[in-house]
Amino acid sequence: MSARYLELVCPAGTPAALRAAVDAGADTVYCGFRDCTNARNYPGLNFDFDELREGVGYAHDRDCKVLVAINTFPRAGDLGPWHRAVDQAAAAGADAVILADLGVLDYTTRRHPGLRRHLSVQASAANAPSIAFYRDHFDVRRVVLPRVLSVREVAALVEETGIETEVFAFGSVGPMSEGRCFLSSYLTGLSPTSEGACAPASHVAYLDRDGQVLSRLGATTLNSFARGEPAAYPTPCKGRYVTLGRSSYLFEEPAGLNAIAMLPELKAAGVTALKIEGRQRSRAYVAQVVASFREALDALARGDAAPVAALRGETEGGRETFGAYQKGWR
Amino acid sequence: MSARPQAHLTLGPLLFHWPAQKRRDFYLRIADESPVDTVYLGEVVCSKRESTFEPLRDAVVARLRAAGKEVVLSTLALVTTAREVEQIGELVATGLTVEANDVAGVQILAGRPFVVGPYINVFNEGARDFLVGRGAIRIVLPVEMPATSIRAVAAHGGQTGIEVQAFGRQPLSVAMRCYHARAHNRTKDHCQLVCGLDADGLTAETIDGVDILTINGTQTLTHGHGVLLAELDSLSVAGVTHFRLSPHDLDMVRVAGLYREVLDGRREPGAALEALRSLTGAVPFVNGFLHGREGLAWVEPS
Repeated sequence: MSARYLELVCPAGTPAALRAAVDAGADTVYCGFRDCTNARNYPGLNFDFDELREGVGYAHDRDCKVLVAINTFPRAGDLGPWHRAVDQAAAAGADAVILADLGVLDYTTRRHPGLRRHLSVQASAANAPSIAFYRDHFDVRRVVLPRVLSVREVAALVEETGIETEVFAFGSVGPMSEGRCFLSSYLTGLSPTSEGACAPASHVAYLDRDGQVLSRLGATTLNSFARGEPAAYPTPCKGRYVTLGRSSYLFEEPAGLNAIAMLPELKAAGVTALKIEGRQRSRAYVAQVVASFREALDALARGDAAPVAALRGETEGGRETFGAYQKGWR
Repeated sequence: MSARPQAHLTLGPLLFHWPAQKRRDFYLRIADESPVDTVYLGEVVCSKRESTFEPLRDAVVARLRAAGKEVVLSTLALVTTAREVEQIGELVATGLTVEANDVAGVQILAGRPFVVGPYINVFNEGARDFLVGRGAIRIVLPVEMPATSIRAVAAHGGQTGIEVQAFGRQPLSVAMRCYHARAHNRTKDHCQLVCGLDADGLTAETIDGVDILTINGTQTLTHGHGVLLAELDSLSVAGVTHFRLSPHDLDMVRVAGLYREVLDGRREPGAALEALRSLTGAVPFVNGFLHGREGLAWVEPS
């Protein structure tokens, strides 16, 4: 294979998805422990220590790196699970941990100075002094950039900080500054920041009302659909609200990010790695998305044009967006 | 009920976009008539709004300080442009205490005492201790924190002050996108500061007609006013040193008076709640986050 164009960082919500991502051509996979320490704490997902150790072995045997996301904010008085997660990631041979909380970063820097640290998108570091802060105090080697930045802003940050950056290329996008959104806990009482689950399934309901299906989160109606029409999952920032007498997708239309057509621009911006979102998605989904990006990146590395059409239909609601990368999104 | 005159009352930064004149008049009345100890000034939500008040700021600061108020300058919550980074430096250059609402502020304030604003996630003692080590003199906790967590962070905080918002709509998120502009079918670049039409924000209802959120430019807040009155005493005991009132377009001098009376043990919380309702109109009260519930819940004082 020719020189790497951009590092492809892929979701591994389960051991099976990890193997699927590795086999489909991931350069790196990321995963989390089966508890509140990671931001995709959904039933049926994630790894225990033995599964992680086996996953690391499988990936390393195939030249693939493993990152462990420990990227929620510990509840006060209960730091144990987060510290244990860092210790276990180190013991399992992870190549890096992805962290957000200042206390967890501090703990990791002191206890595991040799364990590479990445800054999670949940830390919402969207400017040069913030990135410098995490680099100076915790020797953070890579920053996962917030999904609120344009390509031009990404390029300016890379230039100014000189740090490795990882940007989202495919999957679900939210419009809010990450790690600082309390909409879901406002409606459910469960905190995405501390418990790792936005719009938890335990609080989701679909109600039949006069031929309409209402989707609800907690006691709050977030959308309605004609019976038989596919009903989108009720995430607070993807719901419909009424302002000034008009109903609209006030925050964000239901669409998935797909930046596969923007890879040359992201490369030119100095980005190091591309992140595929979706630890909550199926193994088949992961395999297809990873394979499509692998094909595109290999084509670009050879100097060919990238095939971009393969992923239509895999995005959320079948609709695509360039998100904040695109001019006018704001 | 015990008297706790050591609890400080603060007026948080004005989150909404008011005309400069109205802002000035508001702060002059706060200086002259209100029992708040500390006033936070500065634009937290959108840098496009910033220039309108700046020419009047020095006079307002002088008047507040002459009235014996501590003045703290607040930074933006979401900083992305070089100009916004420069603006933090300009706040620092005034020599006044600065409230950092983005980690950029903590970096720029290195070596000086500063306040950690509620938009920086301090959810636990690990984060607290790290920031205290960097010079934080006070930490304003995120509105999402339940009382159990507040107690754990406020305990063993040493000399560091702990501040909790006790009145006003609670901030839920910040974004790059402007929802006020979207609601008015405008782009952010051509918003014409349409957020200025709503002195207390724009209500967003659910599609079945329930008032649920408040839109304030790029910020989203609760629809109800976060109100902690019955909880002030136990929070003070737990080590909370400062209680924040978030400015709204109502009689904030009277609101501050009610909170001061409760903190000083001169008025029962129940009576203060009743008096507060006469000032806040139809907007409901919420306190769910503090009680470990959904934020929009209202837990009646027992």
